Amino acid sequence: MSEHIVSPKLYLGIILTLMVLTAVTVGAAYVELGPWNIVVALVIATLKATLVVLYFMHVRYSPGRTKLIVVAGVFWLGLLLFMTLADYATRSWY
Amino acid sequence: MHRTGELYGHFETLEQQRESASLGMWIFLITEVMFFGGIFLAYTVNRHANPVAFAMGSNTLDLKLGAFNTGVLLASSFTMAMAVWAGHTGKQKLITLFLILTLLLGGIFLGVKTVEYAAKFEHHLVPGSSFHIPAEDVSAAAAKADPDFAAHAQLFFSLYFGMTGLHALHMVVGAGLLIWLIRQSMQGRFTAKYNTPVEMVGLYWHFVDIVWIYLFPLLYLIDRRHK
Repeated sequence: MSEHIVSPKLYLGIILTLMVLTAVTVGAAYVELGPWNIVVALVIATLKATLVVLYFMHVRYSPGRTKLIVVAGVFWLGLLLFMTLADYATRSWY
Repeated sequence: MHRTGELYGHFETLEQQRESASLGMWIFLITEVMFFGGIFLAYTVNRHANPVAFAMGSNTLDLKLGAFNTGVLLASSFTMAMAVWAGHTGKQKLITLFLILTLLLGGIFLGVKTVEYAAKFEHHLVPGSSFHIPAEDVSAAAAKADPDFAAHAQLFFSLYFGMTGLHALHMVVGAGLLIWLIRQSMQGRFTAKYNTPVEMVGLYWHFVDIVWIYLFPLLYLIDRRHK
């Protein structure tokens, strides 16, 4: 398969969205949301990272094997984070 | 190594060569994800254990500089993506131009980071024997909640310097790769048919951007003291 060429217009749309999301996350940091501050910040960060991976890194237009590597990587990272944090979060003496 | 034009001897076609490079690059990036993932995990566990000291540490960081740098790095990812686009469409002069812009934006990011580091040295917030938090900066409530406040604040700054330092090191490597690309690009080496190095360095550069996308909220944003 030959590479898919993404138009500069789409790139411009992506970078503008990324900038807006950055402004939103900075704004949200000043709002008192209690434990939700971290949730909002991480959801926005994940949104931004997804846009970068899909468009700037062309994963959306890449062959299945590239997508498999990305998904496997994220899954393994998820295991690392989930298993360790499940341990720390459930130790009453910690 | 034997090479015919841009095609290395152990590949059949340029397309196969490009796809092999891409596969290898992605596997390398996943090892980088696991590398940074472990450090992010260490940060999360320590923050969970020492919420008071970590919140104090986070509030000493300059949110304006951090946000500015986030914008700069995102913009550099955009110019990098445009360099790859220029490569795919065979616009040789634009490849060079966008690579130089990316390098400049990367340089601005590192410059701002230097300013931020210098402030931490000035305020004795670098872990080690000269680490010092003035007693009046520690509220009575904080001191009561965490008797070992100063030691735990050092933990925050160790992780801050470790994480941002490793990120900056990746940026320096990226800048070296960009200079290497710019030199080749100026000699007209990249065409619509062959631009794999630009594309691979692009993947690396975007990855480094993604690390910062997570570092920024975790270090600067989530513990802001509310008025």
